[in-house]
Amino acid sequence: MARLRLPPTLPSFYADLPRRLDVDAPTVAAAFAELDARWPGLYDRLCEHGPALRTHIHVYVDGTRGGLDTPIGDASRVDVVAAISGG
Amino acid sequence: MATKMMLLVGTRKGVFLATSDEARRDWQIRGPFCDGWPIYHATYDDATGTIYAAAASEWHGTSIWRSSDLGESWTASSEGLAYEDGGRNLTKVSCITVDGDRLLAGAEPAGIFESHDGGETWSLVSRLEDLPGRAEWDEPGNQPPGHLGLPAVFAHDGEYKAIIQGVGLFGSTDGMKTWSPRNKGLRREWPGDHEEIGFCVHKVAVSPDPKRLYQQNHCGMHRSDDGGQTWTEITEGLPCDFGFAAAAHPHDRDSFYVVPLDGGHGRCMPDGKAAVWRTSDAGSSWQRLDRGLPQSDAFIGVLREGMAIDALDEPGLYFGSSTGQLFASADAGETWHEAAGYLPGISSVEVAVLA
Repeated sequence: MARLRLPPTLPSFYADLPRRLDVDAPTVAAAFAELDARWPGLYDRLCEHGPALRTHIHVYVDGTRGGLDTPIGDASRVDVVAAISGG
Repeated sequence: MATKMMLLVGTRKGVFLATSDEARRDWQIRGPFCDGWPIYHATYDDATGTIYAAAASEWHGTSIWRSSDLGESWTASSEGLAYEDGGRNLTKVSCITVDGDRLLAGAEPAGIFESHDGGETWSLVSRLEDLPGRAEWDEPGNQPPGHLGLPAVFAHDGEYKAIIQGVGLFGSTDGMKTWSPRNKGLRREWPGDHEEIGFCVHKVAVSPDPKRLYQQNHCGMHRSDDGGQTWTEITEGLPCDFGFAAAAHPHDRDSFYVVPLDGGHGRCMPDGKAAVWRTSDAGSSWQRLDRGLPQSDAFIGVLREGMAIDALDEPGLYFGSSTGQLFASADAGETWHEAAGYLPGISSVEVAVLA
């Protein structure tokens, strides 16, 4: 199971969504789909038409910038970051 | 039961609710709601007692929030708020309108969505594809600054009307299947390929007489006496022709309120002196209303959804500034007081009567 960390802007949007959770998925896109099944609409909060990551959502898999197609290993750490924007 | 008033204030950092008794003098502020998301419009459905707020986050996209308990709890949904595969990214919802037992939402890029389940799910009604020159004005590179797309859609005088930012006002008599322009007589200060396309309509206010409409345009104030088919400019007597917000008196077809702003980059009230302007004779003359408003160093602006009027016998008038001041008048604009001074920048103000 990969360990996934979400940005602080999301858990307040879904009352029971933790900041850190385990996912069993082969890619980032599959991990997001798994989250969406448990918290409907979450996929749209992270991805836009394409599909593609939203402009200010960055994903790092094991410390390296990745995308929706990036593979995830069993022991991976996946960081989903809301990039600095706005004020 | 005593009348309770509620202002719904959409800001850059969430929705705020201001409540008062019928005197409309002392306001209790609650918020921010919607987790601090930027709000473009918040409104209230009298029939269901539900608050709706259109939000667009730079991080997480567009969502419409709703609360059925006057702000105590909130739910958000964006299900169905998207254009078809191969279409454009929907970047924000600019307005929400209660239309009988359904909701309408105007979006950017220009499109109209509806919900029949109280905002849980949405579906596309129209992209106004039949309008002249649409391929050109709908191009992403041709979008005007502000990026509101379609900031107003409402039922009026036997048809639906919609504003497309920088393009014009349009009407549909067949349930939003086809559309045609309602821009005859409007002024513009730039060339256009089509005689009725390319007008910058900021706000349309409906008087109690459905044939009488008022409009704050990028280029002047205008009045229609035939339900929007034709327009006559009524700017003369105002300090400038630019502004965003407007409100029509709920009981007097000849009275109309605007907030003139410098039309350059500043877009603030002229000379740093805050004022709302009123006509009581359908635009033949204008009066400056500033008692209680700051008269020095008040470089504030009001956006197109930033002013509201209630329908009490003596109407209350309200406006919120893009720098976070909320002003209220309980006597139709004659005197004003500050209801809140330090909110985030205000994008919309609506008023509801809570019985």
